[in-house]
Amino acid sequence: MIHKVARLDELRVTLQYWEECPSHDQALARLRKVLEDEGVHVDIELVKVESEEQAMRLRFVGSPTILVNDVDIDPPTTSYYGLTCRAYRLEDGRISPLPSERMIRRAVQEAKVNLKKV
Amino acid sequence: MKIGDKAINFSLVGIDDKVHSLNDYSGSYVAVIFSCNHCPYVRAWEDRMVKIQADYEKKGVQILAINANDEVKYPDDSFPNMKQRAREKKFNFPYLRDKDQTVAKSYGAQRTPEVFLFDANRVLRYHGAIDDNYDDPNAVRAHYLREALESLLQTREIATPETPPVGCTIKWK
Repeated sequence: MIHKVARLDELRVTLQYWEECPSHDQALARLRKVLEDEGVHVDIELVKVESEEQAMRLRFVGSPTILVNDVDIDPPTTSYYGLTCRAYRLEDGRISPLPSERMIRRAVQEAKVNLKKV
Repeated sequence: MKIGDKAINFSLVGIDDKVHSLNDYSGSYVAVIFSCNHCPYVRAWEDRMVKIQADYEKKGVQILAINANDEVKYPDDSFPNMKQRAREKKFNFPYLRDKDQTVAKSYGAQRTPEVFLFDANRVLRYHGAIDDNYDDPNAVRAHYLREALESLLQTREIATPETPPVGCTIKWK
């Protein structure tokens, strides 16, 4: 039986942000903490979204957006793309401009599991 | 607008379809808060706005929320949606529409939410954020607006009269 060992350095982690929304620094710090906790040592790709055209091209629904292996950690239900701040609904029902640590962690853990299946 | 400046009067339609003027609230401490529907920072803070109004109403404090955003690009910020949001969140303060953005520009507002707190003489005494934590109301360490209100009510100097407003940019036409 061959067990596939996950190559955690195969994880691609991206933070897309618009500078006018002030939560991206905190989102980055939260993301780094989760990656550290999960033993994922990869560079985070930072994508600064600067124009409506770029937002449309990236299908950017708002800042901050975190992608793990190109999958949004909180798949949006809107198709409005543009330079705007993003609202996350947290586990307790509150709205926040930041994804929760739990949200980020769940996405990273799922990506790790999916790597093992390949 | 800077600390110590006199308030600029305005007359704006509220979600009750009535015109509200700053001058209608003479004798009160008035917190003008530039706000809107779509911004997640406002949505994170709006329950706290309701709580502040409830806690300080009998002490002569009145919040006036003003939405100046462009509703063409941001349809969530339309007048009908303002009415719906106020119903859902049980706003206990007037929620006014600055459709031509004149009031926001005259105040120099840049963000939502952004607080301009005036004393009973209509002098600007505090400007900036509601508190220091948009993400977690249980992790707030500095309750800027509450502390400013307490200082005014106790006729003390406000220790922190100005903080950077934190939130979305006002959506100009």
